[in-house]
Amino acid sequence: MEWETVIGLEIHAQLATKSKIFSGSSTAYGAEPNTQASLVDLGMPGVLPVLNKEAVHMAVKFGLAIDAHLAPRSVFARKNYFYPDLPKGYQISQYELPIVGIGHMDIELEDGSIKRIGVTRAHLEEDAGKSLHEDFQGQTGIDLNRAGTPLLEIVSEPDMRNAKEAVAYMKKLHALVRYLGVCDGNMQEGSFRCDANVSVRRPGQPFGTRAEIKNLNSFRFIERAINHEVERQIDIIESGGTVVQETRLYDPDRNETRSMRSKEDANDYRYFPDPDLLPVEITPEFIASVRATLPELPEAKKQRFITQYSLSTYDADMLTQSRDVADYFEAVAQGCGDAKLAANWVNGDLSAALNRTGIEIANAPVAADAFAGLLKRILDNTISGKIAKEVFDAMWNGEGDADSVIDKKGLKQITDTGAIEAMIDEIIAANPKQTEEYRAGKDKLFGFFVGAAMKASKGKANPEQVNAILKQKLAG
Amino acid sequence: MAISEAEVRKVAHLARLAMTEDSVEAYTRNLSNILDLVAQMEAVDTDGVVPMAHPLDMTQRLREDVVTETNHREAYQAVAPETEDGLYLVPKVIE
Amino acid sequence: MSDPIHSLSLKKLRDGIHAGNFSVMEATDAYLERIANFNEELNAFITVTRDSAQAQAVEIDNRIRKGELDGAMAGLPYALKDLFCSKDVLTTCGSNMLRNFVSPYDAHVAERLKAAGGVLLGKNNMDEFAMGSSNETSAFGNVRNPWDTDCVPGGSSGGGAATVAARLAPVALGSDTGGSIRQPASFCNITGIKPTYGRISRYGMIAFASSLDQCGPMAPSAEDCAITLNVIAGLDARDSTSVDRPVPDYTATLNDSIDGLKIGLPKEFFAEGLNPQVGAVIERAIKEFEARGAIIKEVTLPNSHLAVPVYYVVAPAECSSNLSRFDGVRFGHRCENPQDLKDLYERSRWEGFGAEVKRRIMIGTYALSAGYYDAYYLKAQKIRRLIQQDFAEAFKDVDVIMGPSAPTTAFKLGAKKDDPIAMYLEDLYTIPVSLAGLPGMTFPIGFAADGLPVGMQLVGNYFEEARMLNIAHQYQLSTDWHTQVPAKFA
Ligand SMILES: [Mg+2]
Ligand SMILES: [Zn+2]
Repeated sequence: MEWETVIGLEIHAQLATKSKIFSGSSTAYGAEPNTQASLVDLGMPGVLPVLNKEAVHMAVKFGLAIDAHLAPRSVFARKNYFYPDLPKGYQISQYELPIVGIGHMDIELEDGSIKRIGVTRAHLEEDAGKSLHEDFQGQTGIDLNRAGTPLLEIVSEPDMRNAKEAVAYMKKLHALVRYLGVCDGNMQEGSFRCDANVSVRRPGQPFGTRAEIKNLNSFRFIERAINHEVERQIDIIESGGTVVQETRLYDPDRNETRSMRSKEDANDYRYFPDPDLLPVEITPEFIASVRATLPELPEAKKQRFITQYSLSTYDADMLTQSRDVADYFEAVAQGCGDAKLAANWVNGDLSAALNRTGIEIANAPVAADAFAGLLKRILDNTISGKIAKEVFDAMWNGEGDADSVIDKKGLKQITDTGAIEAMIDEIIAANPKQTEEYRAGKDKLFGFFVGAAMKASKGKANPEQVNAILKQKLAG
Repeated sequence: MAISEAEVRKVAHLARLAMTEDSVEAYTRNLSNILDLVAQMEAVDTDGVVPMAHPLDMTQRLREDVVTETNHREAYQAVAPETEDGLYLVPKVIE
Repeated sequence: MSDPIHSLSLKKLRDGIHAGNFSVMEATDAYLERIANFNEELNAFITVTRDSAQAQAVEIDNRIRKGELDGAMAGLPYALKDLFCSKDVLTTCGSNMLRNFVSPYDAHVAERLKAAGGVLLGKNNMDEFAMGSSNETSAFGNVRNPWDTDCVPGGSSGGGAATVAARLAPVALGSDTGGSIRQPASFCNITGIKPTYGRISRYGMIAFASSLDQCGPMAPSAEDCAITLNVIAGLDARDSTSVDRPVPDYTATLNDSIDGLKIGLPKEFFAEGLNPQVGAVIERAIKEFEARGAIIKEVTLPNSHLAVPVYYVVAPAECSSNLSRFDGVRFGHRCENPQDLKDLYERSRWEGFGAEVKRRIMIGTYALSAGYYDAYYLKAQKIRRLIQQDFAEAFKDVDVIMGPSAPTTAFKLGAKKDDPIAMYLEDLYTIPVSLAGLPGMTFPIGFAADGLPVGMQLVGNYFEEARMLNIAHQYQLSTDWHTQVPAKFA
């Protein structure tokens, strides 16, 4: 009998503010332990939180991007539990009135169809610190630098039906927060983390008991962890057992999930409105001011690329995966005047070079204007597309701009008709047998002559001219 | 008794208080008395009353996103029970 | 022969310093000497900052001489309740939990007083974490009432009240969550004001119940309170609940006329529960106001009998969360040889907190826990609204409300120690005001038949502190109750 998987995701996106959500400490990653932990972050007696305006701004920006309902009044609540990385004994979060209400995200399935995933809510909260388990005489060390870093917790509806959908949703969200500039999306550093609620059921039946899997910090892990968890749950049920509701930790080394006993008795959080903070008012004016800073979103950008630049859906989709790529492409397209050519090159050689070297597009050794310079030389017939690849490699290696590389290496295309004619005359004269066969109807041999001409010109002869002159001369 | 000894033990655990066996009875009695006093609230009709979380009807002020804090680890850790290499130490945390 | 320094009002102290009649150092030493003589008996201070006080005095004398400082509090000694964090000074909150806590920073009010040129004499004893009405829950021993050392001074700001009553400092800062300034001020024959919630920043004041806590001055007179309030009131960006609203000069209106003042007397405050001796003193003082042209009206606060029950849900709920940070990890008491994390938390907290604090943490935890939230916490918040609305109704007819500050005069040490409920009812008349967030004050109006002082509670509408201080000051201009000091401490 078949099983249906039900998945909902809780994603924690670290907001890209300079200072913490309730204090003036830096949020920079990688500082010495506890050097970015102020009195407020340490939960010292007597200190009080004050809300960071930018965190609110970013949450609203995200809400607008997913067409969500924005709460005119939202409230911070305390989530009470004891844990050494939680300095106050409570996390300031939002409970009953989150800043972002119901919204949605559309994902594209493998068959090309579109599926709408509901977003239940997104709320602001503070991050906890970190426990370091290296041995300090059998003790754990606590670093509170991360404590108080602003998070946006984005909670989805249980709308996903397999691990691939979950990954597609997560990737879409990941691209969106980076587009908006509200999160750097760095999963290694924990800036974008995911917890998955997974259950199985017979189709048409009510939801099964779910397990919450924590610590999913890569797209690969989330897919593997969900698939593993689904198998585990099906095994339990099919062997007559029942799934228990619990928190499980994914161990990527063993590719398995295991129960987190430490979280077990922390299930009565005693949420109540934080009396140190007042209701946050989101006015229509504030929303309008945020809307004004909203960048063009991936979907809109993609549609615009298709119509404005006559790109294929595939090209437009590739180019709008990240805002940096899209911006780069547009600069190249406008710089060289041929969007299709720009798209081919950005999605082709540039993308390959970036992948090969692991460099981010923003730091690419060939900047957009230099790249446009190269493509212009293809368009004005200075070089062929093939030679351009050689020039691109040289530019990537820091050997100068397109013109100087072409000049230095003498790669300028031969477009002098007389010179090409003379060269072709020589080739025809040197290959009487092939010429005869071609003229007798063996059309395939045309390629042989083109190859010989390109070889003789070291690839520099203009291919169109070579074609035209060959056709004419071979016709006899 | 408005609260049972078992509930008192449970609450003590939630609040991370090492309630000793010889204290349970007295705490149960005292907490019950307080809950009896509090029970007067039950008689009040509060239908439609907006809960009051704050005395003043104000909204949250927002802080500019500026880093204002500098490192004072040494001073702040001077009052800590146990630290090493700038970390606060606690008995081993098992996840 | 001129008056001794400790008998001077803040204004006279300040003028004496500026006229060169005595130095800041002389004033400081005069109080330090009184503390040395009397504190052992009263136990009003947990910490006396003799050395830093003298060092501050030298510095402030210099600055005054150079003309760098001439504000109304320049050179004036003061004491702080031990829940105001004071940089490099022990700040215990009356608890074993913080027995060794030397604060790394100053509370907002401590900063303000420092900047104004005040001299910190020391930190006052208090009920542990401000939870108590007799100062008997302090981990540092009970405070004694200067008017009868077998009696309590009230609480939780009992150390400050005894300090001012015995003139061991000319002014002390207290805090009031449900009556912790007003009730001890009443028991000790001093003037104290709890301003409107939000008027003074709570930053650095160790929290008990955040939606109720408010700092305020305790001093012999309303004028002294006004001078101090001028320094400490006003917006502080570090406290989201501090109000952005101009601070008037509280001394500027002290001499305004109170002719035609409409005084409301809540009938519920004069009902069963009020000690008749106390009632008699209150009624006499009301008659005095009437004789000066005030109009007396009866008002009703029909939900005020629910204030104590509501308070004992709201305050413990907030405190249960506020006190979670005391976990033995970053500061405060840590148990010996914790076996594991749970043991570290549970024993550190059990050992560090006293019985009353633990009771309130447990009640609050219970009231917020799954299945009880609506019946307790939410219900209490709704009734809190009703109580606030009662006051709003009453203030439609009257300018201020008057009544008793406490149902009794100071009681004997130990009399209510083992009966939490009896202790809670001490705050019967102050708690409704705290729940509404309204300003309340107490000023001395005489002595009951038992020879102990009685204070009048005066409640104003929101941000009406100036008017309240004006009313009390006018009363004090023609009475001398507030200048009386127990013979032993004269
Ligand atoms: Mg969550
Ligand atoms: Zn979260």
